[in-house]
Amino acid sequence: MNNNNQKQKIKIEKISEGRRKFLNITKSVGIAVLGGFIWSAYVDEVKASSIVLRPPGALDEPDFLKTCIKCGMCVQACHFRDSNVMKNNDGDITGARPPTLKLAKPGDNLPIGTPFFIARDVPCFMCDDIPCVPVCPSGALDITKVSRKVEKEPEPVLDINMAKMGLAIVDTTNCIAFWGIQCDACYRACPILDKAITLEYKKNERTGKHAYLEPVVHSEFCTGCGLCELACVTDKPAIFVLPLEYALGKAGSHYIKGWDAKDEERLKNAHSETTTTKISEKSALDSLNNMDELEDLY
Amino acid sequence: MALSRRDFLKSSAAASAAAAIGMSVPSEVQAAAEKANAGWRWDKAACRFCGTGCGIMLATKGGKIVAVKGDPAAPVNRGLNCIKGYFNAKIMYGADRLKQPLLRVGADGKFDKKGKFAPVSWERAFDEMEFHAKKALKQSGPEGVAVFASGQYTVMEGVAAQKMMKAGFRSNAIDPNARHCMASAVVGFYQTFGIDEPSGCYDDIELTDTIISWGANMAEMHPILWSRVTDRKLSDPKKVQVVNISTYKHRTSDLADMEIIFSPSTDLAMWNYVAREIVYNHPESIDWDFVKKHIIFASQPVNIGYGMRRSDEKSVKDGKYTKLEMETVSKEMSKIVSEKEGPALEAFGYKAGDNMVMKPAGLKHWEISFEEYKKFLDPYTVDYVAKISKGDPDEDIEVFKKKLKTLADLYIEKGRKVVSFWTMGMNQHTRGTWVNTLSYNVHFLLNKQAKPGNGAFSLTGQPSACGTAREVGTFCHRLPADMMVKNPKHRKICETAWKIPAGTLNPVGNQHIMKIHRDIEDGVVKFAWINVCNPYQDTASASHWIKAAREMDNFIVCSDGYPGISAKVSDLILPTAMIYEKWGAYGNAERRTQHWRQQVLPIGDSMSDTWQWVELSKRFTIKDLWGEQPLRGKNKDGTPKKLPNVIAEAKKMGYDENATMYDVLFAHERSKAYKVDMTKFPQKGYDNSECNGDSRNVVGSDGKVFKGYGFMIHEYLFEEYAEFGRGHAHDLAPFETYHKVRGLKWPVVDGKETQWRFNAKYDPYAKKETKESGNSHAFYGGLAKALSQGDLKGIKDKTKKSLKNKAKIFARPYMDPPEMPDENYPLWLCTGRVLEHWHSGTMTMRVPELYRAVPEALCYMHPADAKKIGVKRGELAWVDSRRGKVKARVETRGRNRPSRGLVFVPWFDEKVFINKVCLDATCPMSKQTDYKKCAVKVYKV
Repeated sequence: MNNNNQKQKIKIEKISEGRRKFLNITKSVGIAVLGGFIWSAYVDEVKASSIVLRPPGALDEPDFLKTCIKCGMCVQACHFRDSNVMKNNDGDITGARPPTLKLAKPGDNLPIGTPFFIARDVPCFMCDDIPCVPVCPSGALDITKVSRKVEKEPEPVLDINMAKMGLAIVDTTNCIAFWGIQCDACYRACPILDKAITLEYKKNERTGKHAYLEPVVHSEFCTGCGLCELACVTDKPAIFVLPLEYALGKAGSHYIKGWDAKDEERLKNAHSETTTTKISEKSALDSLNNMDELEDLY
Repeated sequence: MALSRRDFLKSSAAASAAAAIGMSVPSEVQAAAEKANAGWRWDKAACRFCGTGCGIMLATKGGKIVAVKGDPAAPVNRGLNCIKGYFNAKIMYGADRLKQPLLRVGADGKFDKKGKFAPVSWERAFDEMEFHAKKALKQSGPEGVAVFASGQYTVMEGVAAQKMMKAGFRSNAIDPNARHCMASAVVGFYQTFGIDEPSGCYDDIELTDTIISWGANMAEMHPILWSRVTDRKLSDPKKVQVVNISTYKHRTSDLADMEIIFSPSTDLAMWNYVAREIVYNHPESIDWDFVKKHIIFASQPVNIGYGMRRSDEKSVKDGKYTKLEMETVSKEMSKIVSEKEGPALEAFGYKAGDNMVMKPAGLKHWEISFEEYKKFLDPYTVDYVAKISKGDPDEDIEVFKKKLKTLADLYIEKGRKVVSFWTMGMNQHTRGTWVNTLSYNVHFLLNKQAKPGNGAFSLTGQPSACGTAREVGTFCHRLPADMMVKNPKHRKICETAWKIPAGTLNPVGNQHIMKIHRDIEDGVVKFAWINVCNPYQDTASASHWIKAAREMDNFIVCSDGYPGISAKVSDLILPTAMIYEKWGAYGNAERRTQHWRQQVLPIGDSMSDTWQWVELSKRFTIKDLWGEQPLRGKNKDGTPKKLPNVIAEAKKMGYDENATMYDVLFAHERSKAYKVDMTKFPQKGYDNSECNGDSRNVVGSDGKVFKGYGFMIHEYLFEEYAEFGRGHAHDLAPFETYHKVRGLKWPVVDGKETQWRFNAKYDPYAKKETKESGNSHAFYGGLAKALSQGDLKGIKDKTKKSLKNKAKIFARPYMDPPEMPDENYPLWLCTGRVLEHWHSGTMTMRVPELYRAVPEALCYMHPADAKKIGVKRGELAWVDSRRGKVKARVETRGRNRPSRGLVFVPWFDEKVFINKVCLDATCPMSKQTDYKKCAVKVYKV
C-alpha cells in the first residue's frame, strides 16, 4: 500500500539540484526527438510524461496511461467543485477559478488528453470530498487508493490525506529558511502541517541568539498536493513536488530495520540472488590458474 | 582611478569591519568601498514592517533599490530577516504607485465630491487643502480639522505633523493608527509606572528561563524575536519553558511546552488567578521588602462602559445605527451583570442580575490597602476561573485546571526567571488597560519586574509606534516625551520651546482615532488628512465611516504610495514618498531609535509627508489661525469653551501677523542653523529631496520647481524634538550619532544606552533616585503619582498622597465584553494578521511572491462548526455580524486551528473586508478598539 510507506524524512541536500538537472535533460532529450521524427509528437509526449503530477488516486503511471480514457470528467469536477466556484451575494454561481486539473494538449509534453496539474500554477487543494475521483469511469483514478474503512460506516470513507500525488522536496541550498530567514511559508501553507511538514529547530551559531526553523517534509504524510510549492517565495521554488518514483530512493530488501516492525513488509520482495563484481567475474578455476597475477605478488 | 586588488580588499574590509562595530568610516574610504562594489551602494536602514526593529542594508543601483540584506551588525537580528523583511527591496516598486496628486472633479474641472479622480498639480492640491481646511475651521473651529496619523510615520514626519496640527491649527484631533495597536499598553505603563514604554529589552529573551505569551502569535507576528525565543529554548530545553496562552491554536504553540486556550476576555480572570495563588496559597513567595518599598495598591470604578457611542450622541439620535447594532451599543449606557462576571464584581458592589449603569470615568483610580486587594482576589479560585476561562469546549476541565496550576507554579517558582510577552490579544480588548496592568501585578508581587530576564514586556506592532506615535506624541492627548496637552506646565514647556505664544496650545485632547471617525459621522470634523495609514480599512464598524466620508459634506485627503481603500474613499490623493525615498528614523519596542538616509528619489512626483506638512504650513498665517477659536462644550461657569486670541502676544514676540506657519514653526533662525553640507557625513553622497530639491525638478506647491528648504530640516526636526526628552529620562543621542550606530536604546546617558529601566543597577535615572534610600528600584515616572485613599468601591479620603518612585498593583476584575455569542450570532470572531502580509496589505499584496503565498484572507474555523453549517473546506461562506457581512473561504486545516465556537479572519485582504463585521468597542480608558471579539454567524453563500 502506498500509504504504508516506511517512515522517513526526506531532506535532499544539493542532490536535488543534480536530480532536477537530470530531469531537465530527459525533457530536452524528448524535445530533440520531436525534431527528429515527423510523426513523433505523440510518442514524445509519452516519453516525457513520467515526471507529471496526476490527480489523487491515480494508478501507477504505466497503468494509468493504459487505463485513462481521456474523458475529462475529473477535470470538469475539479473546475466546478464547491470550493472553486465564485458566487454573487445571492449565492448564484457566477464562475469558477482556474481549476487544478488540466487536460494535456499538444505542446504540454504529455500524453494528450490525460489529466495533470502544475503545482506552481494551481496546486491540489485537497478537497475533503475529492470530487475528481468518484467521477472517473475507467478506474484510472482508483477510489480505493483514497478511501478507507471506518468503524460503524458501511462504505469506505474518502480520505484525501491518503493521496500520493507526489512528494515535496526541499532544496536546502536555496531554501531561505536554511539561511536563517524566518520564512516557512510552505509550512503554513501545508494542509497537513505539523505532519507532512514539520519545523526542525537548530541554533544559529553565527548570530549566537537566533534559531533556524527549517522545514522538513515527511513522506509518510505528504500527499504531493503542491500547496507548499505554490507558496514558496523564492524565484524558482525551493520546495517542489516530484512524482514518487523520482522523489524517493529505495533501500535494498536484504536489510530490515530491527527497530521498526512495519519494515518487515519489505521482506515480501526479498529474494536471494547470485552476485557478481569485477573480482568475481571469472570462474574460481580461471582465477586460480591465472599465473600472471600470481607473479605480481612477488 | 583603477583600484588595485590589494586596495580593493583593504577598502571593502575596512568598510565592513567599521559597519560591524558601528563606527563611522572616513568618507574617502567609504567612497572607495562604494566604488569597489562595482555599481551598487550599500547603506543601513531599519526594516519597514513590524515593531521588532530589524536592521537591514539596502543596495542601490541606477537610482533604484535592487537588493536588501539583513544587517549583520544589527543587535536585534544579526543579519536575519523574516519574509516580509526579505522583500523590503520590492515594496516601493508596485506597478500602481501613485505618481501625481489626484482630485475628484466634475465635468467643469472643479472639485466634485461625486466626481472621478483626475490628475492635478501640487499647487492645485494645496489650493484645495487650504480652501477646505479654512472652511472646516470656520464651520467647526480647530476640532473640525483632523489627522489620521501613524505608528509608521518617521520621527521627523510625526514632529512636523504634530507641530502644524497642535501649534498651527491648534487642533488636537491628530491620532495615530497606533491607537488601535498600543494604546492599552501605554495607559498600562502610565498608570503603573507613571511613564511610557517597557522596563526591559529583547536581551531578556536570552536571560530568562520562562517565556509566557499572552495573546500574541510571536511565531508569525514577531518572527525574528520568535527565533530568539526558539534559540533560548534549544539552549536548555528542560529548564526553559514556553507557554502559549491564546483564544485559538496558532503557530506559537509549536514550540510551547504548554498551550492554554481560553475563552475571550477571561485573561483577566487568569492573571487574577495567578495573583490569588501567590497571595493566598504561596504568601512566602511575595517579596515583601520589595513590595513595601516600591508598590502601592489601587482600585477604580468598574461601570466604565466599553468605549462605544452613547445614546446622546448625534448620529445615534439621528438613527444612523440600526436596531441590531443598538442591541450591542445600548450596553454603553447600562447592562445586566451576568452570572459569569457576577462573582468577580461582588467586591465592587455588583452581583449577577443587577443593572449596571455606565458612567465615563476617565482614568480615575485611588489607593487601597493590601487587605482590600486581597479581598478582591478572593473569588478567583481555580474552580471559578477554570469554569469561565476554559476556551476549548472539547477539553476536560480537570486538564485545564492542571494547566492553570502549572502556569501559576512557573511564575511562583523561586529563582525561576519569567518574561511575559503580549501584543494585540491584551491590547485590543475592552478591558485592555486593565489586563495590561494585571500582568505587572504578578511580576511585582514576586519581584520579577525590571530585572535582567524578568519582566512583563509589551511587544509593539508597528515599526515606530514607540519611536514616533508615543515618543513624539502624535496622539490627541499627548505632547513629546510623555507630556500631556491637558497639563498647563507641559503646554508651557512646548510653547516655549516652539517659540509660540502662551495659550496657543489647545488643552482639550479627546479626539482619539475612533472619535475622529465619529466626529466625521456627526458632522463636526469637516477636513481629515490620512498620513501613512489606512483608516478606512483598519477601523471596525467600517461601513459607518466610509459612508460618512463619501456621503457627507467633508473633505478627506489621503497621502499614500498606493491606491488602497482609504485612497478610494478620499477626495484628494497625494502621492507620497515611501520609506527609503526619504531620510527617517523609527523607534522599536525595546526603545531602540534607528535612523536611515534617503536612498533613492521618490517615484513620480511623490514627496514625503514632512514636505507635505511643511508646504501646507505656508498656506496659513498667524492671522488665519491664532485668533479666538471656538471649542465644543461649556466651561464650568456655563460660558462656551474657546481658545484665546494670541495674535497680540505673537506680535509682542516679534512675529508679523501675516507671517506663515512655515516661518513660525519650520523656517527660522533655529532651524537654519542646521546646515545642508553635502561635503560631510552623513549628508555626503545622499539625496535630500526636502532640503535640496532633486533632479526630478518636481513642480511644487507654488507652481515653481521645488529647489529645497536650504537647511537640514530632518536634523532640525529631530533635534528640536529630542531636546524635550533629554534630562527627563527620555534622552536621545545626537542626530549624527544614529547614523554611525545600529540604534540605541533610550535613555542614552553619557553615550550609553539603557537595558533595564527603573533598576538602579542599570538605569542612571533610577540610580540617582535611589541614592539616599538604597532601594533596588525607582519607578520614577511622574504621571498620576499622587492618589486619594479609599477601598475597592470608592474614595474615602480625597487628600492626595504622593507615591514618588512607586509603582501600582491594581484590583481589576474580569468583566464580559459588550458583545458575546448568543443564539443568533453563535460564534466569536477574532481578527489579526498573517506573517506574509503587513497590516492592510497595501505594500505586501503588491509583492508577487507574498501575494502568491497568501492571496486571500480565509475564515479559519473548527471542522465541526463547518460541518454544522454545511460548508466544505474552501467553500465560500458569509461571516455576518450585527454590523455587516463579508464572504470568505472556509479553512479547517490551516495554520490557525480554533476550537469549536470561534472563527479567525485576518484583515489584510481588502476583498475580505472583515472590519465591516467587527465592532468599534474600545477599552474605555485607552480608546483602543477590540478587534478580537464580537459575535458572528457563519453560513453558506
